[in-house]
Amino acid sequence: MAQASAATVHAHEHGSHEHKELHGVLKYLWSTDHKVIAMQYLFTGMFMAMVGGFLAYVFRMQLAFPGKSVPLFGYVSPGRYNALITAHGSIMIFWVAMPVLIAAFGNFLIPLMIGADDMVFPRLNRLSYQVFLLSVIVILSSLFVKGGGFGGAWTAYPPLSANAKYNLTPLGSSMWLMAVALEFVAFLLGGINFITTLMNARAPGMKAYDIPMLPWMVVLASIMFMLSVGPLIAGAIMLFFDQNLGTGFYDPARGGDPILWQHLFWFFGHPEVYVVLLPAVGIVLEVIATFARKKLFGYKTLLYTAAATAVLSFFVWAHHQFIAGIDPRMANIFTVTTLIISIPIAEMCFVIIATLYGGNIRLSTPMLWALAFMGEFLIGGVTGIFLGASGADIYLHETYFVLAHFHYTFFPIAIIGTFAGFTYWFPKMFGKMLNDTLGKIHFWGTIIPFNFIFIPLFILGLEGQQRRIYDFQNFPELQHLQPIRILATISLVVMLLFQFVFFFNVIRTWIKGPKAPKNPWHSNTLEWTVESPPPHGNWPPDQMPKVYRGPYEYNHPDREDDYWPQNIPPEREPTPSPAR
Amino acid sequence: MQTPIATTRSATGIPTGRLAIWWVVASEIVIFGGLLLSYVMHRIGHPEWAIAQAHTHTFVGAFNTFVLLTASFTAVKGHEAAEKGDGKKAAKFLYLTMGGACLFILVKSLEWTSEILEGYTIQANGFWAFYYTAAGLHALHVIAGAIVIFFVARDAAKGRNLQRVEYVGIYWHFVDIIWIFLFPLLYIAK
Repeated sequence: MAQASAATVHAHEHGSHEHKELHGVLKYLWSTDHKVIAMQYLFTGMFMAMVGGFLAYVFRMQLAFPGKSVPLFGYVSPGRYNALITAHGSIMIFWVAMPVLIAAFGNFLIPLMIGADDMVFPRLNRLSYQVFLLSVIVILSSLFVKGGGFGGAWTAYPPLSANAKYNLTPLGSSMWLMAVALEFVAFLLGGINFITTLMNARAPGMKAYDIPMLPWMVVLASIMFMLSVGPLIAGAIMLFFDQNLGTGFYDPARGGDPILWQHLFWFFGHPEVYVVLLPAVGIVLEVIATFARKKLFGYKTLLYTAAATAVLSFFVWAHHQFIAGIDPRMANIFTVTTLIISIPIAEMCFVIIATLYGGNIRLSTPMLWALAFMGEFLIGGVTGIFLGASGADIYLHETYFVLAHFHYTFFPIAIIGTFAGFTYWFPKMFGKMLNDTLGKIHFWGTIIPFNFIFIPLFILGLEGQQRRIYDFQNFPELQHLQPIRILATISLVVMLLFQFVFFFNVIRTWIKGPKAPKNPWHSNTLEWTVESPPPHGNWPPDQMPKVYRGPYEYNHPDREDDYWPQNIPPEREPTPSPAR
Repeated sequence: MQTPIATTRSATGIPTGRLAIWWVVASEIVIFGGLLLSYVMHRIGHPEWAIAQAHTHTFVGAFNTFVLLTASFTAVKGHEAAEKGDGKKAAKFLYLTMGGACLFILVKSLEWTSEILEGYTIQANGFWAFYYTAAGLHALHVIAGAIVIFFVARDAAKGRNLQRVEYVGIYWHFVDIIWIFLFPLLYIAK
């Protein structure tokens, strides 16, 4: 797919340009426009983030002040506590990180950044969101059915998840499984759309290495998702049958094996981390190149690095099972592969640093988020090395150290990365400029408490505090750590309160913010050549953009402006041969 | 809704529909791959499952294999006709493929009925659980294929969307190949 011949592309530029635009409520519910679908995913994801954040508030309050009634919620029973942590984990990964990072940014930006008027399969795109919405309804209602929501953690290990005798949530656990399965279907449909769109619908002249990083990363993530989720779909069918048809796939007493689920789950679960990481890295790269006013260092290196990460991520899954009774020789192999995967990730960090080096850095709000992503994710990555090494993991496994580690990876990905992208593309999405001062207050009000939540949790983990415990008062040897738990909870509350600054900023901008120009950040990529917000069809049909250069030509020596949009024809045209 | 410009582009030179169907097949391969690999690992660990497996009807499975392969052959003939622009002939062959799918499902239901009546239900033991899950998931794909083929054939008869004859053909071959793995694993390897 690398060398797209411009001639072939031209021959195909004859689609009918008359899009029919829907009106009224239908416009938002039944539209096939990629921008509307992106907004549906974005707002659903943001709503679910509020739900997930609220759940975290409730169970953190229980841990800090055990047995007391939590304001806005009430008394937390042990069963309810398990349901809360399970729903928090599942919602934040499957219903916040995935829809926002992949579906919302991917849908909004892939067609705009590659110069197309829509996705190649718009109706498939609409179906993808509708299935996703159904999964949202199922997961939310599962919290209120008889017996309560599923409480077996987002990893759903059998036998706890397989038998209502153990989990006491006959309806909740099956509904949880169905919601996850529906979510997978939605993202398989969306993923096929993203991949084929990037492969086939690029603007004339856009060769493989002219594609901006974000579309590349979303598509790599979609391919990884597609190739890793299959075994888990099969595993989920088996688990569903164990729950409802009385089979014994995961029951050792009947010839099954509970470890099989762990393999099937983590064969997906570990690549999934990189599935959400790559789009976040894509966002950060776009922001950093724009605000460092410098050509992205090592475009191809970065692309191959991301591909290497994608391939390697399929060979690390058993590091989640070092204490599940796997063969120690296998543990050695997986330790090695796990430590190897830190090499491409480190390379990404160096590429970002090299891009920043000597740049003309502008510390706008999106840039702050992008830089914070780097710093915070680094902590997550470095602590991962302890957990990837089987020797250290035997001590640290199932402690708060693991919990703090993955929040230092997932929070930068799902929250910091999203805010970097949201503040950067807000002018394009909504046509208004966000207030920078409020943005910076929100930034510091999120980043500082974030570190005060999770650095204490590293300490708790090193002290030996186990995860998934409802009330630590029953563990006398962990009693003296209570002040640390309270510190983490208060920091969480502070961080959640600072999110109101963000909502205030968005609503205030919506009402009376200054209008955004086409290209407020003086960026090069194609989405900045359309109106803000882009109209239906993006460009006028007779003015679809053509691409003449790569996406990161900032401060080019041959040019007076410090940026050089991809669609501007070269100033000195090659002399046309005289007509004969 | 009218076709966006994006759908009409082809930067790779491969039609978008064909690209998409190959990605569908890729994602399906990992689903069945995970299931079959789980089965093989369990089967190796449980030699005693051979006793249960001896009760499967190899002849019925072989007959169904023949039905599916014949249906694949007519799908190829349909594609050949569609390439020549003969939508009516393509539709006829596709209806034959659909008939094959229906025959497959009919035989399968009779087979399952007799097995269930003999007491070999999905709960009987590990082998039967895998047997019904794997073959059931495959049968769902056969049914889905038959439905899609029906709509494509109906369009093709009117000379519309002839390129789709090839795409359903690719999907149908995939469904066939899955069975080529299932048949020896579930019926022959006793």
